[in-house]
Parts: sequence; structure tokens; C-alpha cells
Amino acid sequence: MFRLEPRASAPLLWQVATPVLAVLATMIVGGCLFAAMGFDPVAAIRTIFWDPLFGPTAAYSRPQLLVKAGPLILIASGLALGFRAGIWNIGAEGQYIIGAICGAAVALAAYPMDAFWIFPAMILAGAAGGWAWGMVPAVLRNWFGASEILVSLMLVYVAQRIAAWMAFGPMKNPEGFNFPGSRNLQQYEAASNPDLIANSGLHWGGVAAVLALAATWFVMSRHVLGFHIRTAGAAPRAARFAGVRPERLVALCLGVSGALAGLAGLFEVAGPAGQITESFGSGYGFTAIIVAFLGRLHPLGILLAGLLLALTYIGGELAQMMLNLPAATVQVFQGMLLFFLLGFDILTRYRIRRRA
Amino acid sequence: MSNVFRAEGLGKTYPGVRANDDVSFAVEAGEIHALLGENGAGKSTLVKMIYGLVRPDEGQMALLGAPYAPHDPRAARAAGVAMVFQHFSLFDAMTVAENVALGMENPPPQPELSRRIADLSQGYGLPLNPARRIAALSAGERQRVEILRCLLQNPRLLIMDEPTSVLTPQEAEILFATLRQLAEAGTAILYISHKLEEIRSHCDRATILRQGKVVGTVDPRAHSARELAAMMVGAEMRLVDRSGRKPAAPVLQVRGLSTAGGEGVALKEVALTLRSGEILGIGGVAGNGQEELLSALSGETPTAPGTIALEGRDLSRAGPEARRRAGLLAAPEDRLGHAAVPEFSLAENTLLTAGARQNLIRRGLIDRKAATDFAQQVIRAFDVRTPGPDTAAGALSGGNLQKFVIGREVLGRPRVLVVNQPTWGVDAGAAAAIRQALLDLAAQGAGLIVISQDLDELLELSDRFCALNQGRLSAPRPTEGLTIEEIGLMLGGAHGMEVAHVPA
Repeated sequence: MFRLEPRASAPLLWQVATPVLAVLATMIVGGCLFAAMGFDPVAAIRTIFWDPLFGPTAAYSRPQLLVKAGPLILIASGLALGFRAGIWNIGAEGQYIIGAICGAAVALAAYPMDAFWIFPAMILAGAAGGWAWGMVPAVLRNWFGASEILVSLMLVYVAQRIAAWMAFGPMKNPEGFNFPGSRNLQQYEAASNPDLIANSGLHWGGVAAVLALAATWFVMSRHVLGFHIRTAGAAPRAARFAGVRPERLVALCLGVSGALAGLAGLFEVAGPAGQITESFGSGYGFTAIIVAFLGRLHPLGILLAGLLLALTYIGGELAQMMLNLPAATVQVFQGMLLFFLLGFDILTRYRIRRRA
Repeated sequence: MSNVFRAEGLGKTYPGVRANDDVSFAVEAGEIHALLGENGAGKSTLVKMIYGLVRPDEGQMALLGAPYAPHDPRAARAAGVAMVFQHFSLFDAMTVAENVALGMENPPPQPELSRRIADLSQGYGLPLNPARRIAALSAGERQRVEILRCLLQNPRLLIMDEPTSVLTPQEAEILFATLRQLAEAGTAILYISHKLEEIRSHCDRATILRQGKVVGTVDPRAHSARELAAMMVGAEMRLVDRSGRKPAAPVLQVRGLSTAGGEGVALKEVALTLRSGEILGIGGVAGNGQEELLSALSGETPTAPGTIALEGRDLSRAGPEARRRAGLLAAPEDRLGHAAVPEFSLAENTLLTAGARQNLIRRGLIDRKAATDFAQQVIRAFDVRTPGPDTAAGALSGGNLQKFVIGREVLGRPRVLVVNQPTWGVDAGAAAAIRQALLDLAAQGAGLIVISQDLDELLELSDRFCALNQGRLSAPRPTEGLTIEEIGLMLGGAHGMEVAHVPA
């Protein structure tokens, strides 16, 4: 028999090793799953994890990696702030959608004007929209003690309905032959967010993601605000003793993570997506939660985890096309990744001992 | 007299620690035998071996002349060893009799059990109604339930682990009367404590442990408390120096301070005046508003306007950080998770309270080097035993972390320092150092409020004494000439000791 023995401190080795172990376990179990479904497991794993980077179609899929990783990293860096403080924003997906709608609204209102301020104004509107959507759970928690987990999650579904309403109603493209969906911002130069270097996959969202990582790293390691966030997460009473006002921290963390998610939505709608549609929310907000945890809530880790999760998106699509794997493959993979990560996480806090 | 229990050369090693080394002693029938030692001296390990919770690496034990090697507490109980733990294991929602039945292998029917409990409690002068719910009992009464639970097994050896730490002096007297009666009936009692005075007045013999080894077994009545303490620490105890203090102008005025209770105890119209250079001691049984008082003074709990003034300046609306800037500092009781963050290094823990006063945080930016230097300064000034400022607070022993927490505030040059349980769970040497630091701080002109449950400590430190009972603070009395009996009555409040409120 084995038993778990608490460790005095979490060794750095295990903190780094558990995400790697989780990825390996996901590959192995995923491979078994594919084998059970009658696919060649080795080919499937190679298609998902190797081909997007080095396979025959890599020239197409490599830029896609940045396109997908950008919003994931941008959202996750905001979520990590709150997660460090024990404030659980599960609704980044909703803040992402609302940010995109607000940013697109500015562009559609200005259409077809051509002015330098349009894109900056969209950025502000996108951030403000995400911030406002994040502040709803913050206010409800501070005033009524409502769980921010439930409120932020449920607001995702509200945001999805609003996106559908916009696509069929107020934002519907008047020249779109009555198809649902807004004008395509890619075709409206003043409001579009194209690749900064053609076909690189890097648009302003990627730049914003890197800036967000740098900013959160600075705040968490050098600024008293980051110290207060970490203290609140590790020992709430000590935080109050140090003078932290918990309500302020709730508002700050939900507001900032909402604003960053809103920004991600704005860059997406002005760039790769191009328009508001009924199904604009594609799950980045949820996947970013996995990115934040897989990256150990650390900026560098989030960068790597964001790239890895982006890889599963692209690899999953590739596997659908090449091997006819079901579309749910990506979600199963991402789900397993979080599951194994949380499972292996126990090794950072406990060691396994053989029972005497 | 015959040996009820005998230990021969007991040893136990944990990774990195020799907890017990060649421990030999004997407890005889009819005696109250004290086991005396500092924290970490090996008392708990020894007792756990006797009660079957831990198995010794070497050595033998004998009970009633027969070899004794219990595998688990059940075997220990079957052999006639019973133990009353410091922390009670009782279910609040159940009655006394139901709780007792839960601990028995084959409980008799409830009516019979109730009758036996009533008989036994009468016989030993421990009045207890078997039908009452635990939630309605005081700490002293809860302890009686635990004791009766043991007595129902007719133990030959009864182990008591720091039983008086939760009792008022009067309740402790009742306990000792019971123990004496038990001893006279032939039960051997092993009594664990580090309270020297109560051991001197109530125990027949004392075995003193130091660093896992037996220093000696002595007659505690033949030695002074200082001599016993010296044997415990292995050096002469430093006497605290109370000289050089002159209470001067008032520094802190508290008037009509009341708080909402919430989950804890509500403070009710607390009023006090603290003068510069003075130590005001506040006693009381745990859970009568001590934590709430510290939180209200530190600013963690919002306070109504006009209730707290530091040197004439109203601070009652200010938060913890603003109060610290003004010179009102505090050190809470709970070291891990309140006064310090266990996962953080000592250097990071300085930032909790010393950010502004030590200039460690400027315009929101953390000066890590300054924090490390300040942590080093605290470590040196207060003799904190640790590898260095980068060590996690949670890795320090309780006494060392307490020295660090107190040192962090003392070096902040407070005008007023409020401390709760400054030496709780701290060994005698460290406790003396902390008390001296507090006295020195007062001698330099700061006003101190020391909240403690250790009456000896309060009498040693404070110029004036008041008691906290159910959130009410009594009027202060000069400590000079105050007797333990008078203090006991103050602690019990106007309603007498039985209602001294103790939370679940």
C-alpha cells in the first residue's frame, strides 16, 4: 500500500515537472482512446502535436499557432492575477464576446469613415466592454456575497445570446443579403486588425498578449499590488491584517481580467474572425483557464502553455481533416490536460511513501 | 508503593530529530507525576508512545509489572491507560451521555450509562448532567466529560495533556481536587505541563525532559520555580528587568468601542486609556473577545468614529496601514496565516506590516534588498534561529516565528503596540526574550497592550490589569498586590466562573 505524505514546501522541480507529466499522460491516454476508436494512435498523436509545426502543411499552420495563442495568452494572463488571489473568474468567454461586440460597435458606427482614431477607439471600447462584464460578478460578490464563479459563468450564456441578437438584429450587415452577421471588418481598413507582417499570424492581439505578460510579471513580482494579490490568495487574514481591502481586490482582479478578455475579443473580431456572428465565442475564454493553470499562473509558463493549447486546436483540426477524427477531439484533449494537471499537482504538495 | 508504569531506555528518532533518547522513569500508584519540559523537549512523543500512537525505536515499557507495548490507542486503553487530550474531541450537537457512548467499545444502554456517569461525576466532585448538550457546556465542563470518559474505563494510568490551559484558576482548583481524589484511590496520574507554579503546588514528583533526555526526577516542592525552569532550559533563567519605566501622558484612548459579533464575540462598549511607558495586561479565557479586540485596534475590523484616538488623533475610521503609519502597531495571536504568511519567505513577510515604516515599499514598488536587510535585522536583534531571510516562515518553529513577528513590530518603533498571546507555544528561553523586548519597548516610552491567557505572564509584565469577559472589558486594577484569586473572579465576570464563555 502507498500513502501520501505532505511536503514541507513545493519543490521547484515538481512545479515544472507536473505540467510536462500532464502533457505526456494526455498523449498516452489520448492515444489509447484513439486506438480503442479504431484509429492509429501514433499517427493521430503525430498529426496533432508534430505535423502542425513540422509536417507538410506547416507553412499554413505555423502562423495559425500565433493567431490562436494570442487571445489565449492575453486572457490567461489576466485570469492568473485573480486566480493568484483566490478570485475565480470563470466567465472570460463572456467578457471576450462583450468586448468584441463593443469594439465592433464603434467600428460599425464609424463605417465608412476613414480616420486614424477609429482603431484606438475600438481598443478602448473592447477593453471597457470586457471590464464592465467582469465587474458584474465583482459587484454582486461585494454587495451580496454572490459567488463570482457562478455569476461569471452564467454571464457567458447571456453574452452568447447577446451575440446572437446582434448578429440577427442591430449589427446585421445591411448589404449582407439578409445573412446573419455583421459587416466584415477585415474589409474596412480603418477598423481592421491585419497581420503586422503578412502571413506571420502576428496581429496587434499578439503584441498585446506579450505586453500583458510583461505587465503582469512586473506587477506580481515588483509591485505591492502583486504582493497583496499573492497574500490574499495564500492567507486572507494576513492580507486583511496588511491592510488589503478584499472588495477592492475582487473588483480589480475581475475588472482587469475582464478588460484583457475584452481586448482579446476585439482583436479577434477586427482580425481573424472579421465579424460578429451568432457563434462568435469559440471557447478561448474557457481554454484560457487551462492555459493559466498549465502555466502555473506564471507569465513564462502561460506563454508556453498558450502555445501548446494553440497547438492542440490546430492539430485537432488537422486530425479531423486528415484522419477523420471526431471534432470533439480537441475538447477531449484539453479536458484531459486539465484533469491530469490537477491530478499530478498532488505530487507538488505530497510525496508518495510505501506504507510500512 | 509500586510502579504502575515504568519506561526503560525509550528512544525515538524522527528524520533529523532525536525526539526521545534513553528515557527512563517510573510512575507510582497514587501519585500525580509531572512531565515537565519546554516545547520540543520530547514530552508529546513520550506520551504518544505510552498511549500507543507512536512506537518506540528502542527501549521497553512495563505496565503493572508486565511488559507493555501497545500497537494502538485501543490496546493502550484495554491495558488500562487513558488519556485526556488538550483539545477536546466532542460533538457539540450531542449530549454528554451520547458523546461518552461514542468512545466506548460496548456501550451499555443509555439509561444505565447516564446513571453511571451521574454516579461517577458525583463521586469525584465533577457535577455534570448526562442529558445536557455539549454546546451548552463551558470548557471546564467539557473537560469533565473527557475525564469521565476516561474514568469509566477504570484506568490505572491517566495521562493529562496540559489540562489547565483552557481553565480559569477556580476551574483548575476543582480539577486538581479531582485528580488528588483519583490518586488517593490508587490511580497513577501523569501530568504534562510547563506551568511551573501549578506543578509545584499540586504534583508529587516531576520528571524533567530537555532535548529528548531525562534531566532528572525531582520533588517539585523542594525546588523553586526558577530552579525548575533552569533545569528545563539547561541554563539560569534570565529574570525580566522591569526597571526604567515611568507611565507618562496618555497615548491611546479607546471609548465606547463596540463591534458586530458575526461569527465571533461582539465587543461591548470597551473603554481604556493607555499611557506612554505603560503595559496594560488584558486577561481572559480564550474566546471572550481577545481576537476581536486586537482586530478592532489594528484596523482590520472597521470601528465607529470617535472610538479610537492615538495621541489625540482620531484613528477609528483609518485602515490597518494608516494606523501603522500613525504608530499604532499590532501583532496577532495566530502566527501562521494572520501575523505571517507561511508560504512566504521571512523577507516577504516583513512587507506585511513594515512596508511603510521601514521604507521597504516606495510608490508601490517593493525594494527587495531593503526587505531582506530588514528581515536580517530582525533575525539578528531577536536571535531568530533560521538559515536566513529567504527561509519560508512556515519552516520556522513556533517560538522562532513568534520572535520574528514580535521583532518586526518592535523594530517598527511603535507609539502603541498591541500584542495577543505574545509567548503562546513558545519555549521558556524565547518567552523570556520576548517579554524583555516588550518591557524594553515600554521603557523607551511606547504604550503596550498585552492580551494573554497566561496569568503569570500578565502579572510579570503589566502595570495594570483588566479582564475581558464576553466582549466586555473590566475596569483596570493596578497589578501590584493583585492575587490570583482576585484575578480569577475578574475573569469569570460578574456572573461567576461557570459562565465564562468558551466557543466550540
